[in-house]
Amino acid sequence: MSSSKIKFDKKIVLSFWIILIALIIAAPTLLPVFRLNLLGRYLSLSIVALGVDLIWGYTGLLSLGQGIFFALGGYCAAMYLQITSSSEFPNNIPEFFALYGVEKLPFFWEPFRSPVFTFFAIWIIPALVAGLIGFLVFRNRIKGVYFSILTQASLLVFFNFFNGQQKLINGTNGLKTDVTQLFGQMVGSESMQRLFFWVTAILVIASWFFAKWVVKGRFGNILIGIRDDEPRVRFTGYNPVIFKTIIFSIAGGLAGISGALYTVQSGIVSPQFMTVPFSIEMVIWVAVGGRGTLLGAILGAVFINYAKSLVSEALPASWMFIQGGLFILVVTALPEGVLGWIQGDGPRNLLQRFGLKRRIETYPSLEVNNKEGNNE
Amino acid sequence: MNNKDLLNLIDITVSFEGFLALNKLNLNLQKGELRAVIGPNGAGKTTFLDVITGKVKPTKGEVIFKGKSLVGRKEHKIARLGVGRKFQSPRIFENLTVKENLEISVTTPKSPLNLINKSIKEEQLNEIERLLKIVNLAQKVDSKAGSLSHGQKQWLEIAMLVGQKPDLMLVDEPVAGLTDEETDLTADLLKSLSGENTVVVIDHDMEFIRRLDSNVSVLNQGTVLCEGTMETIQKDKKVIDVYLGRPED
Repeated sequence: MSSSKIKFDKKIVLSFWIILIALIIAAPTLLPVFRLNLLGRYLSLSIVALGVDLIWGYTGLLSLGQGIFFALGGYCAAMYLQITSSSEFPNNIPEFFALYGVEKLPFFWEPFRSPVFTFFAIWIIPALVAGLIGFLVFRNRIKGVYFSILTQASLLVFFNFFNGQQKLINGTNGLKTDVTQLFGQMVGSESMQRLFFWVTAILVIASWFFAKWVVKGRFGNILIGIRDDEPRVRFTGYNPVIFKTIIFSIAGGLAGISGALYTVQSGIVSPQFMTVPFSIEMVIWVAVGGRGTLLGAILGAVFINYAKSLVSEALPASWMFIQGGLFILVVTALPEGVLGWIQGDGPRNLLQRFGLKRRIETYPSLEVNNKEGNNE
Repeated sequence: MNNKDLLNLIDITVSFEGFLALNKLNLNLQKGELRAVIGPNGAGKTTFLDVITGKVKPTKGEVIFKGKSLVGRKEHKIARLGVGRKFQSPRIFENLTVKENLEISVTTPKSPLNLINKSIKEEQLNEIERLLKIVNLAQKVDSKAGSLSHGQKQWLEIAMLVGQKPDLMLVDEPVAGLTDEETDLTADLLKSLSGENTVVVIDHDMEFIRRLDSNVSVLNQGTVLCEGTMETIQKDKKVIDVYLGRPED
């Protein structure tokens, strides 16, 4: 895949990283708390988008149910925060239980007293659920549009289940985290939000490198092979079921991390995380940013959500139309997404269409690397 | 059935909702044999490959490969037992480079853990080099497979098949769309593979089959009509009637 991409200079890459890290460190002082919090939330969404890119962009599995795993991660984090901050409430259990006359903590809350358990649960539980759903679906060779429908149906099952369980997890009201305590501080406080922003930024970069590592080399090539011609992969002696289950499970784990970070920065987790439009939006971020590019997924998630908040502030009712229009534009005009279009010869082709000659000297690396090219 | 046999198909019947694609087909292959399979359209040639590779489960009958039954096994398990297949139209991974395509085929073991953990073995890289030379694609090693010409794609797929090191190679119409020169080279390549490998070639092209100089099985209406050398089958009355047509003179 990399052969067609423009190879960047090492110095440019290095200066890019220095600027990026400087911006991350400086962001809390540059941005007002409200904007910083928004940026942190959008960055956490880019982690779930990375997962969508792994399963859809690379492996061809269009999941419309990533909200399940996103919400599971969020609930894991919120349960820990609620239970460790419940000492002054009746029966030493979270406050909402009193509303429904529950006096004893439901059994599955118990392990969430442990921070270590919660740390692992945030990504392992969603990954296991994804692995289980994935294995059952893939083993029965359900693919294409049937897979998409099935993931969306699962999403609705989870949504309805969580919505109805007041006595277990406060049902449709969800679990609030902003008034809970962590490390002796209020989670919703300014200093905590700043910390969460940095944690999110680091985890986005870490997830990006992890995803790059996963798709690098032969493992990633098999994923692409499954996307393009699954029976051929099978006749070559590979079992696609295992590969698909692994990658779906990885995407589930990433969604869980994303959901936990999003929850602590938005102050609440609720079944609203498992609505159908939200899971579809995740796919749109990746489609617009560029399928199969990883970086495109991150940029798509951040920029579309940022645009969403700007547009919604100015013209409250118009965002859905703009988002829909953006999706149609990308599907029809830029099927590779914005980043895919740039990495392909999109901008140059567009300029040529307007009669501008492309200036070859701006692409010195192309000339050097293009062994079979014509002599210029 | 004797122990020199690599593959036995015993009374294979495949019924697609009443239509008999294969009808009590019997066929035996010896180790190291090169066998051509011909037959008119709809004779069941491709279904015959589908049954061996596990894509289609026979309604009745038994497939014995190296003494083991293949019926009911999954495709990737059959492939790992040593059955390789080249498809009718070239099926390569067009978004991967030539080298990446070959890496997929030569890699063993084919488990996710091995793929993600370890880099490719030295001997497998050497094998790729060797394959590239055989099919004359060394200069295209880093090109996307999708950018190759039709003939090069056919050859890349043959190289991928060889790289899998199967005991039994099933080759479906390897010369469709190739030039005469490429056809001759392909025939020589397949001939050189037999002996060590067992090769089954399915094709329509009589000149190509003649050049293979091997035993020929003629399929018609899902069953083996006749078996023998090219001369034998060319004289066989039944074969002439259904397939070759009467000589013009």
